[in-house]
Amino acid sequence: MRKKLTSYLLMAFLLMTTLSGCAGGTGESSGDNSSKEPTYGGSVVVGIQQDVDSLDPHKATAAGTKEILFNIFEGLVKPDENGNLMKAVASDYKISEDGLVYTFTLRENVKFHNGNVVTAEDVEYSLKRASGLLDGTPLISALSVITSVDIVDPKTVQVTVGSANTELIYSFVAAIIPKGSGEDANADPVGTGPFSFVSYAPQEGIVLAKNANYWQEGLPYLDKVEFKIVNSPDTALLNLQGGSIDIYPYLTDSQANELKGKGSFQILSAPSDVVQALFLNNAVKPLDDVRVRQAICYALDKDSINAFVAGGGAMLAGSAMLPALKDYYVELNDVYGTTANVEKAKQLMKEAGYPNGFDLEITVPSNYAYHMQTAEVVVEQLKAAGINAKINAVEWNTWLTECYQGRNYQSTICGITCDMTPGYLLNRFQSESSKNFINYKNAEYDEVFKKAQSSLDLQEKSKYYKQLQELLTKDAGTAFIQIPPITIAMKNTLGGYKFYPVYVQDMSTVYYTK
Amino acid sequence: MKALIKDYLKNFKGNRYFWAGLVMTLMILLIAVVGYFWTPYSTTEMSATERFQAPSFRHLFGTDNFGRDIFSRVMKGIGTTVFISSLVVILSGAAGIVIGALTGYFGGIVDEIVMRITDAINGFPSILLGLVMITLMGSGSHNLIVSLAIVFTPSYVRIVRSEFIKLRDADYIKRARLMGVGHIRILFVHILPNIFSVFWASMMIGFNNAILAESGMSYLGIGVQPPDASLGKMLSDAQGYLMTAPWYALSPGLAIVWIVLGFSLLSEGIRRLQE
Repeated sequence: MRKKLTSYLLMAFLLMTTLSGCAGGTGESSGDNSSKEPTYGGSVVVGIQQDVDSLDPHKATAAGTKEILFNIFEGLVKPDENGNLMKAVASDYKISEDGLVYTFTLRENVKFHNGNVVTAEDVEYSLKRASGLLDGTPLISALSVITSVDIVDPKTVQVTVGSANTELIYSFVAAIIPKGSGEDANADPVGTGPFSFVSYAPQEGIVLAKNANYWQEGLPYLDKVEFKIVNSPDTALLNLQGGSIDIYPYLTDSQANELKGKGSFQILSAPSDVVQALFLNNAVKPLDDVRVRQAICYALDKDSINAFVAGGGAMLAGSAMLPALKDYYVELNDVYGTTANVEKAKQLMKEAGYPNGFDLEITVPSNYAYHMQTAEVVVEQLKAAGINAKINAVEWNTWLTECYQGRNYQSTICGITCDMTPGYLLNRFQSESSKNFINYKNAEYDEVFKKAQSSLDLQEKSKYYKQLQELLTKDAGTAFIQIPPITIAMKNTLGGYKFYPVYVQDMSTVYYTK
Repeated sequence: MKALIKDYLKNFKGNRYFWAGLVMTLMILLIAVVGYFWTPYSTTEMSATERFQAPSFRHLFGTDNFGRDIFSRVMKGIGTTVFISSLVVILSGAAGIVIGALTGYFGGIVDEIVMRITDAINGFPSILLGLVMITLMGSGSHNLIVSLAIVFTPSYVRIVRSEFIKLRDADYIKRARLMGVGHIRILFVHILPNIFSVFWASMMIGFNNAILAESGMSYLGIGVQPPDASLGKMLSDAQGYLMTAPWYALSPGLAIVWIVLGFSLLSEGIRRLQE
């Protein structure tokens, strides 16, 4: 019996001490960083939040997967850190005046990781595979407008599209892979990126090695990059402090504060390209009533969410558009206000037939501390308006299958990411879009979206996109919250990390300082 | 006779385990009951101006990352944890008695099958098995209670069964049977009271295990869902602030230690009394 007693005590203490024990393990001092000169070689471990959904670059959909594949694959063009397109596998491209014919000139001597030079056949194969010309199912829906891909000469490929769209060029970031390698792309991904694939272990991570033949002179610096999956943000912090992770790009505000005092890490921050929202499933009761959705929007106090979760560092969002896309962004935070309007919320609920409030389940992917904390604040704010909200924390995979693909949820807090085109974020709210996981249905929206896409005039396009945002916000299709800052922790001995306006982790420019 | 009572009282007096355990447990129960009806502050209300306040007279245990009073949350959390653990022990204990009694008394093929099933369940670590159950049924306190009860049942089945096997061939049972007493009456009137002391001890141990299991599951984020307070969940939330706000982790941690220690002392004291 006494032995039992001791073991209980031990177990109880263990619960506490394992945590504090690990956290105390930062032995490093800040060191001398006066010399910031890059050196070649070395390896880093980058903490990531979730497992990858596919290593096939045309089939991967999760933002968390694409950010890694960015290091392995490249398209004819690729984004740079300013949000512009730079030429990658193609050294030049021309678009015909009617916007229907794209002519790409291939760069000399770009090599795949297997050593073969990229040929026009590879490009033809990749584009046909992505656009669905091979077997009829487009893997990248934006490219489905392609009607033919023709090889003009060994260094020139001509792409013809069915309808003109000035944003289409951004979709040619689609990965170029060796001809015929589609079947094996998931098991053995081969691309032209700065790093080549070495191994992948489910739930553990991905290991990449330097591509010595990379076409950009002098890149990459590192010999090896390991992306390590850390499901819990708390574990990530402990791993950082313990030294088993060198870079972690998803710090919460409080974690950043915790690390700042330590001196062995650099904390860098920039606006992210993620729009965080309380997504409302427009197809389920009581959220099928626009007044109920509006009530929820009124009940939210975005200012205080920002203060609690982001330490005031986030930008408040009124619709699904990043302010960084200046030409298309329209400021809509005033529609429902940035502080709570409980009176208005209650009145709308009364009109909708819920004078005593209703139950609301908020499903949250539990690996995202940021969303979990936001959810806790949101629950409290909704309570003030009489809405009895409950959090249902689920695993990432459950969230993906149940919420995102199955659309079997009431509401969820998460973020949607943007690429460099304004259409990307707004595309998903079309009635028939496969990404429309909130089941938003509005015929007018669909129509305006089509006009926006086909418009060749910037002014007109901008007008349509602004109109779309207004429609979405007016209908309270979803309760937009904020654009969280992205905060990374990186070891003091590292340098060269670049923030992108798109969701990628570019490791090619990261280096160890002398 | 007088001497006997005196002796017994002396036993009580000298039993430091019992008294220490009793006081600690009563304090916990008091906090749990009071916390159910009243806490100094709201357990969910957030305040941006009062984040990470160190312990003071205003906030005895300080405040957390949302400016919530940790003392109030610990009070509520103790209630939640004790309530869930008690239900788990009661449910699994009841199931254990019924299944253990029937299989132990009657034996046969059903006994064999049930025993192999309990072997299988026992083969897994309890937290792992609980995790699987929660994954199948979904998270939340109701499912947590059910899944932990299922995980804890086999140990009671084994204890009850072995006691019933021991007693079913005892002389007084044989005589009762000869006198024509029915099986059900023999099971629950003639045998059950005699195994009570053994069963009580295992319930006590089970309760402590249930507390730790509940805290562990909530710690992993699959038990009690936020913003409801639970000791395990608080502990896991506090993890990120160990260095900046150590009181946040310390409070729920100490509460868990306090409950488990108090209950262990109490059960040890009771065991000594019975000797």
